[in-house]
Amino acid sequence: MEIPKGFRYTKEHEWVLVEDDLATVGITDYAQSELGDVVFVELPEIGDEVEAAESFGTIEAVKTVSELFSPLTGTVVEVNELLADSPDLVNTDPYGKGWMIKVKYTEIPEEDLLSAAEYREMIS
Amino acid sequence: MRYTPHTEEEIQRMLEEIGVGSVDELFRSIPKQVQQASQLELPHPLSEMEAIELAESLARSNYDPDSMVSFLGGGAYDHYIPAAVDHLISRSEFYTCYTPYQAEVSQGTLQAIYEYQSLITRLTGMDIANASGYDGASVTADAALMACAVKRGRSVILVSEALNPAYRKVVETCNSGGGKEVKTVPAGSGATDTAALGKLLDEKVACVIVQNPNFFGVVENTAELCRLAQEAGALAAVSGDPVALGLVISPGEAGADIAVGEGQSLGVPTSYGGPYLGYFACRGEYKRQLPGRLVGVTEDNQGREGYVLTLQTREQHIRREKATSNICTNQSLLALSATIYMSLLGKEGIRHVAELCLQKAHYLAGRIAGLAGWKLAWPDQPFFKEFVVESPGPVSEIIDSLLDKGILAGIDLGKIEKRHQGRMLVAVTERRTRQQMDRFVEALAGL
Repeated sequence: MEIPKGFRYTKEHEWVLVEDDLATVGITDYAQSELGDVVFVELPEIGDEVEAAESFGTIEAVKTVSELFSPLTGTVVEVNELLADSPDLVNTDPYGKGWMIKVKYTEIPEEDLLSAAEYREMIS
Repeated sequence: MRYTPHTEEEIQRMLEEIGVGSVDELFRSIPKQVQQASQLELPHPLSEMEAIELAESLARSNYDPDSMVSFLGGGAYDHYIPAAVDHLISRSEFYTCYTPYQAEVSQGTLQAIYEYQSLITRLTGMDIANASGYDGASVTADAALMACAVKRGRSVILVSEALNPAYRKVVETCNSGGGKEVKTVPAGSGATDTAALGKLLDEKVACVIVQNPNFFGVVENTAELCRLAQEAGALAAVSGDPVALGLVISPGEAGADIAVGEGQSLGVPTSYGGPYLGYFACRGEYKRQLPGRLVGVTEDNQGREGYVLTLQTREQHIRREKATSNICTNQSLLALSATIYMSLLGKEGIRHVAELCLQKAHYLAGRIAGLAGWKLAWPDQPFFKEFVVESPGPVSEIIDSLLDKGILAGIDLGKIEKRHQGRMLVAVTERRTRQQMDRFVEALAGL
């Protein structure tokens, strides 16, 4: 189970990578393997506000729909357009090409985010 | 449905098996104050003979529509149903199965539903259609629910005054709560007032719902109404009789986003009000918010073509409170009737039925308007198979007099809305003969 260091994780199985004032968000390898084949990802629009611990979209596998929870608060500045035609990128490359949104954040709730080691502990 | 009650002996054996003293013990988690202490006060059971006599005496208080000549419309019509429809749907594989959606055992039914969906898209000019809903009213309400889901943030639903009033009530009921508001666009001239619509449209409106032909039988300018709605960023939903689509411009041609309506005219009996069949079609881009069941065609792991329920993640059993609608079933048997009817008649046949309705309705309208004291409510409005006439006397009395002559004259619109006092809605289908229509006119003249 891949859990890259340097990323932070939420209890809801999202990952966040912070670089300067921009944060990239996606779901973990564990999450995609539990979901199965992803068929559709519903993402917000550029300019939409996201809030820590609130839903920012949904992800559909064949027999289930799950909410996507934002690890932080801010404004969506980029959305992964590739997922519209290739939602399977979430399965094949969850930490790379399967990224979902980029957020210009105003607040990161550090105390709610887990390190790679803490996340590995949580899922075992 | 069979009901085989348990015997006392069987109940005792089951209680012993699970180690419980009495049936009451199983309900002990229910607070005493809401438990019913006494037995239900039911009357003495009837014998089979008495029960049948009771049912038959109640049924006798209804008029038998087959022995009457019907000019009733307002959402359900006396169209001819070819014998093949009943013959085919009576096959036990179709008639007795319940919610037959499993791909493993229901390929025949699923294919029939797929064909139904395909035919509805052709008829309405839309990209995709669902497996059907309960009736015209509930699918119209679903159209509003879907529009509010697609246009997140918008909460106003505009409904034409010329939409079937029963449909409007259902739209209001299903969309109550959640901060949504249903507003009416006036149709004083018999057709939806485009100027009034323009004034009501703003960035809060999620959808505009119009009916074509409308409740009064009038043919609306749907292209213009859809354009106005969409210019304001709202979805345009057109509700309509499917037989009319043999002649009037389809919702797709008019540029609508959603097409809904009552499928009863397609081979389903009037049956005193139901069961009926709601059709729902929309543009392809909204397929993920389309409510109801959807059958798709695919390949199994051996490359053979097969049918399955698809995009089920839209539905309530998976998406729960985030689903567009709570409908996760369809009117399979009636959708099959409609499919058989549409296949038998084909494009040319439906057009022919529509032409007959149009011609006969206009013949009758002309003859009634020619009687002293009678006139068309809106003589300048184009109409299809229904029209509204204004009577010289109280409509209910006229309807009663004609009942005695075996004629179901029409609908007293004054009973639906005070504003329409003195108006009667008359429908003419392809079944009405010239003699029947002439007899109707003579009966009115003789009052």
